[in-house]
Amino acid sequence: MEIANKEFSNKIKKMFKNPSLIILLILIFVSLFIFIIFPLYKVFIISFTNSENKLSLDVYKNVLANDYMKQGFKNSILIATLTAIIGTFIGFLYAYTINRANIPFKKFFRTIAIIPMVFPPFIGAMSIIMLFGFNGLLTAKIFGIRTFPVYGLWGLMIAQVITFFPVAFITLDGVISTISPTLEDAAFNLKASRWQVFTKIILPLSVPGIASTMLVLFIESLADFGNPLILAGSRFPILSVQAYLQITGMFDLKSGAALAVWLLLPSLIAFIIQKYWIGKKKYITVTGKPNTSQLKSVNKFAKWFLFVLVLIISLFILLIYATIFWGAFTKLWGMNNEFTLENFKYVFDVGKEAIKDTLTIALTSTPISSILGMIIAFLIVRKTFPGKKTLEFVSLLNFAVPGTVVGIGYILAFNSKPLLLTGTFAILVLNFIFRYIPVGIQSGISLLNQIDPAIEEAAYTLGANDREVFSRITLPLIIPAFFSALVYSFVRAMTAISAAIFLVSADWNLMTVQILSQTDSGRLSEACAFSVILIMLILIFVFVLKIFLKNKISLINNNYASE
Amino acid sequence: MSLELKNIYKIFKSENTETIAVKDFSLKIEKGQLVTFLGPSGCGKTTTLRMIAGFETPTNGKILLEGKDITNDPPNKRDISMMFQSYALFPHMTIKENIEFGLKLKKLPKNIIEEKVRKIIELTGLEGMENRRPDQISGGQQQRVALARSLVMEPKVLLFDEPLSNLDAKLRESMRIEIRRIQKELNITGVYVTHDQIEAMSISDIIVVMNKGEIMQVGTPLEIYSKPQNKFVADFIGKVNFIEGKIIDKNEGTYTIFNEKLSKEFYGIGNINFEKDENVLLVIRPESLNYDEKENYISGIIEKTVFLGSHVEYEVRLKNGKLISGVLYNPIENHIPDKGESIKLYFSKKASWIIKNNI
Repeated sequence: MEIANKEFSNKIKKMFKNPSLIILLILIFVSLFIFIIFPLYKVFIISFTNSENKLSLDVYKNVLANDYMKQGFKNSILIATLTAIIGTFIGFLYAYTINRANIPFKKFFRTIAIIPMVFPPFIGAMSIIMLFGFNGLLTAKIFGIRTFPVYGLWGLMIAQVITFFPVAFITLDGVISTISPTLEDAAFNLKASRWQVFTKIILPLSVPGIASTMLVLFIESLADFGNPLILAGSRFPILSVQAYLQITGMFDLKSGAALAVWLLLPSLIAFIIQKYWIGKKKYITVTGKPNTSQLKSVNKFAKWFLFVLVLIISLFILLIYATIFWGAFTKLWGMNNEFTLENFKYVFDVGKEAIKDTLTIALTSTPISSILGMIIAFLIVRKTFPGKKTLEFVSLLNFAVPGTVVGIGYILAFNSKPLLLTGTFAILVLNFIFRYIPVGIQSGISLLNQIDPAIEEAAYTLGANDREVFSRITLPLIIPAFFSALVYSFVRAMTAISAAIFLVSADWNLMTVQILSQTDSGRLSEACAFSVILIMLILIFVFVLKIFLKNKISLINNNYASE
Repeated sequence: MSLELKNIYKIFKSENTETIAVKDFSLKIEKGQLVTFLGPSGCGKTTTLRMIAGFETPTNGKILLEGKDITNDPPNKRDISMMFQSYALFPHMTIKENIEFGLKLKKLPKNIIEEKVRKIIELTGLEGMENRRPDQISGGQQQRVALARSLVMEPKVLLFDEPLSNLDAKLRESMRIEIRRIQKELNITGVYVTHDQIEAMSISDIIVVMNKGEIMQVGTPLEIYSKPQNKFVADFIGKVNFIEGKIIDKNEGTYTIFNEKLSKEFYGIGNINFEKDENVLLVIRPESLNYDEKENYISGIIEKTVFLGSHVEYEVRLKNGKLISGVLYNPIENHIPDKGESIKLYFSKKASWIIKNNI
């Protein structure tokens, strides 16, 4: 049968009757290209040109000839692999126990698991030095050990496992809590033993979630900059730190870029596996049916054994972060533990500008990033247009790109006219907007998928255009996703370090960079005070936002999702 | 002419398959008519409705609204409203805010909006609900809000996408009557999609029976029931018995049909010109069979009877081994056959409708 296919031209005609959509799409595509793709392209290009500006592999030859740099690559992969395996194991144990072992204080354990998220990502490293280092509270003061190997592989790995614990916990909690307990009931009913239920039901159903968690941890660990800067030391080189030192220490942009490419490739591969292979293998066992069950998956002995393990993990996390607060109020950590407020006075004297800058930048980038995230989620879920897959891929790409690579990309891409942005307020804001947009997009997408599209279609038939549908219907309905995007991007903007460290200047400085440099010069108590102020600012923001949005959220919580 | 669809095609393409969802669909709908698209799921009825609304783009063909080509107009630029299966009320707005949503977008003066909303709330019986939210009212009331919200726009065409399928049977019946009353009262052109034949029978001026993306028959509910054009329509609407046969004679519109296995002649009517020796089917509704002597009869043995109060349903095994089902009303006065009983049942030639035996 030959039917002339006019669908494409019809669709184009339809689109042109709503020109605002086309303009919006063009704007989004152009800005994603400039602020995500272009910097990456610059990193690649500069790493493939030699000193005479010709295409060559010279830079890579030099890097490969350098054993120190090769070692950095090996170490980074090693630590990322270890962090992925151990972090996932602990995360699974924690999530399984909370969901299935029927232990007391579940709410407390859940809260503890989220804590590392609101702290700058290198607090773990700082605290480990304060607890286990040369003058460490536990090692030196209590056990009298001064040679505990905090610098290098083990210290760094512990710091990373703790830093990224919330990522592992939240993903695996999502996986295990959505396995319907009725499946376990059914298995018990079929005379399976507890161990069989665990190995034949829970574990196989969690495999995609476990694999996905491992890959995400792998990516996070590779991208980590703050912890290795503090803990790796010169005997245990790490790629992200080496790239930074090449550029800021040796002013060797090309080698820095080449190292960044080495850093980027494993991350990208892991990201693609995670998104396109494992992402499609998720089992969904949640139905509309009642899902409560008298949990008996774990026997009494196992229950208390798991309880103790979870308790130890959470107390350790608590210890790591409480140390920072303690440190903030001591004269000289490890030497003179007298109570003082001097540190805060010092921080306000030295860091007033940085505090102001950090807040200004975070408060500017956060709302823009979140709104843009919601708009992109709306376009991806609800609209058809050419290049949709590309848009989705590019906007989520920053999940996979280590901050160090982005930072190097930005200084390479925006150091000449017409995009001369280095050292400005704009470069930091733009970096934060596009770096933290994926989370907003993801939560927007998953919430939108639960909302009956007919609600928006109804608005269209009542005469609303795209803009009106988005602002009056979609956005109010996905307020929870918008809220979490706001919180996430604010927290990340306040605690960012890896990309930002390349972009700060005398005019625009960030608290995290200050904290790191205080740590570097051994002023641990001052660094702690700085961190405490940072945390307080984050908590105040989240608190204010919560009160501000409370009415709207409770309204949305009423179940309106499609059947 | 209110709405016209001209040779509409819709082909869905995925990686390597092509599905023809709607095939050469042409239809004219007069102003004030309620037309129902009826068919099994996947027959293309909803796709066609969504093309009228503007949510899907036809692969080929044209849609005209009062003579104007709207094929490429986006949904919000068409003078068409839609009622959704899931009601699709805005959960974050009150009932009143839901109803006035479209009017506010039109930027009408405030007093006019108030007046229109008041009238429609009265018409749909929603007084006193204005400040509640959709989750604070019952399913039937939500349905009324959805109706009020579409009606208040005074659309040229109102589309209904299985609007009653989420209601319980009793509520469905009363809402059906309500929708029909309001549609007549406001003289609105309506297109209604359903897979429920009773709903279609009771609400429509015209029924369009669809199967596999194609129109099977267009007609009034009585025409569709009594004069089906093919086996699909006869089978889809109501219970039906088929008797195969060959045309052996034609006399002033009455055909004589011969069934070899029963070695019996039947008389029937039809509206197609059948040729001699053509294979045909006799369409006989169960309620057409009874004890009063008429032109045709069949005899057989009762296989089963089910007493249902107002009527009795039974099955008769014919000599050729086939089962025929029948319905007997007024069981208090009529004889209720027993299992195993030999029985002779009559039906008139008017009740033996002839169709081609090809699909």
